[in-house]
Amino acid sequence: MEVPEDVKRRLTLPFEENFFAGHTACQGCGASLGLRYVLKAYGRKTILVIPACCSTIIAGPWPYSALNANLFHTAFETTGAVISGIEAALKALGYKVKGEDGIMVVGWAGDGGTADIGLQALSGFLERGHDALYIMYDNEAYMNTGIQRSSSTPYGAWTTNTPGGKRHFLEKRHKKKVIDIVIAHRIPYAATASVAYPEDFLRKLKKAQKIPGPSFIQLFAPCPTGWRAPTDKTIEIARLAVQTAYFPLFEYENGKYKINMPNPKKEPKPIEEFLKLQGRFKYMTKEDIEVLQKWVLEEWERLKKLAEVFG
Amino acid sequence: MVEYKPIKKVVSGNYAAAYAVLHARVQVVAAYPITPQTSIIEKIAEFIANGEADIQYIPVESEHSAMAACIGASATGARVFTATSAQGLALMHEMLHWAAGARLPIVMVDVNRAMAPPWSVWDDQTDSLSQRDTGWMQFYAENNQEVYDGVLMAFKVAETVNVPAMVVESAFILSHTYEIVNMIPQELVDEFLPPRKPLYSLADFENPIAVGALATPADYYEFRYKLARAHEEAKKVIKDVGREFGERFGRDYSEMIEKAYIDDADFVFMGMGSLMGTVKEAVELLRKQGYKVGYAKVRWFRPFPREELLEIAESVKGIAVLDRNFSFGQEGILFTEAKGALYNNGARPIMKNYIVGLGGRDFTVSDVKAIAEDMKKVIESGKLDREVEWYHLKR
Repeated sequence: MEVPEDVKRRLTLPFEENFFAGHTACQGCGASLGLRYVLKAYGRKTILVIPACCSTIIAGPWPYSALNANLFHTAFETTGAVISGIEAALKALGYKVKGEDGIMVVGWAGDGGTADIGLQALSGFLERGHDALYIMYDNEAYMNTGIQRSSSTPYGAWTTNTPGGKRHFLEKRHKKKVIDIVIAHRIPYAATASVAYPEDFLRKLKKAQKIPGPSFIQLFAPCPTGWRAPTDKTIEIARLAVQTAYFPLFEYENGKYKINMPNPKKEPKPIEEFLKLQGRFKYMTKEDIEVLQKWVLEEWERLKKLAEVFG
Repeated sequence: MVEYKPIKKVVSGNYAAAYAVLHARVQVVAAYPITPQTSIIEKIAEFIANGEADIQYIPVESEHSAMAACIGASATGARVFTATSAQGLALMHEMLHWAAGARLPIVMVDVNRAMAPPWSVWDDQTDSLSQRDTGWMQFYAENNQEVYDGVLMAFKVAETVNVPAMVVESAFILSHTYEIVNMIPQELVDEFLPPRKPLYSLADFENPIAVGALATPADYYEFRYKLARAHEEAKKVIKDVGREFGERFGRDYSEMIEKAYIDDADFVFMGMGSLMGTVKEAVELLRKQGYKVGYAKVRWFRPFPREELLEIAESVKGIAVLDRNFSFGQEGILFTEAKGALYNNGARPIMKNYIVGLGGRDFTVSDVKAIAEDMKKVIESGKLDREVEWYHLKR
């Protein structure tokens, strides 16, 4: 399709498309949007590593691929290690990795594959300092296996192994702060991002490319199927996650924190606004919501202090 | 054979492996320490530190990640090596399947070590033989020279058929024992082993590919068949590469089973790895004492040399299979394999399994003689008293 130059100039995202129709994501899938933005940012000179997760399926079965980039499918817990090996081999073979016009090696793993089973390989990758990017697309449960809780599932959520029921057996642990574990490695660049704010995400992807060393982005990616939410509410839910400070947008760059909230002066909206659009939270009692609200605001205060002290 | 002056070095089996890695111009090493393997990766690090080797060295946080990193590096087109033992190999298990399934010619040295518990760091083949069905080729070295030669040949065979290969040596008996190894000058190794030409590379951006994507029941089956066929083809490649190695460097490896005194033997000893060095010496002594015994050392366990085994089985009355390993609920693993390979082929020598040397239990020339006595009785009487003999057992 020919697009006039003046239209192209007004676009806030690259026009180039490297993630094609025919992929097999569910309607309203946040992860597939994220994957599309990653390929918009980096183009074909990208090597993607995808462990067991929804994206294994989304990319398409053999002999198809919805991605116009090289893709290596790997085992659940190995993303950090495989991108390390690819980066080392590229260097051994004399290729330019990262930076302007360098090859981007991108690990694209879900929250289970990152926060749980892949945490060790992630830590190894970060600690050794490879020139690659690890993106955790966070849909807050094991969605590909059918919605089981991960350590990134929030307090009060229904999943198929925290099903509520008579004994109110819901997720009773708060979401693991994977980004804090990542920052503990003191890598040059780590950030949170959301599919509701693609310009912010693209800017962060570009930064991750420019800054040498390992980078990490935790991308909030709603899953209408697993969150029991309408498929046309993905962006709205993702936006509310930011506006309630449930999932604040921020960057950690060379030791400095910077909060990237769309309206920095605004007080966070009540957490109910985020919860009420999603069936997964419908079993929460008033007390449950208070527990979650308290945690969200405490974490938000903590982040603001970090940005104040290390800003 | 081309005329050349070998570089003689007195080295351990582990150093022999490290020198082979240096001479093979390996480009990426990802490895994790474990006794008794560690001195391989230490030596490689030393080569890098001294400027002798140009290798990207990834000090990973586990053996599982070691194999995963090797897989990423190999899929990008590099020549890749790692080394491990026992628990480390077991931890790699999942990724061994992945390496073979993705058709990546990674070469690894496994220093055979017993599996825990109880803890043991000594020689035992159960670790590598437990990886039998992962799709890796397996070469068992008898001595340090074979460790060096084996690594060089493994790269050539692996990169020809696009199947990963494991070179296996014994804990301490080889790994930490020093002997003379004849090494090959670099330029001659380069002629034998040119740079890798990968089947595919993740660094090829003109032709984007997806490796390892979901294969439905309509396609998975053919992927398996292709790997099975590659193992069959590997048999010919192994023999050709082994012959070429002999023609170039004077040490012939064209036989997947090394044999001696087969033609007039009543029975042969069959086994793998360093214990066959002991058997070799014992057979020489037994021959002098009038015993009609032979020797059959299985060099390649995968692919399994069925055809060569059949030739041996057709000419002898009995085979004493020495297994430094065990499959619980069954018997020694080589014993099962050998019997299975013969079943449909008609040859029916009497076969007895001797479980020896587990967890590094010493296995000596006098043990071989005692087993020869026992086996002689079996052959003469024509009766198998028991199939599996736990030879060393304290009674």
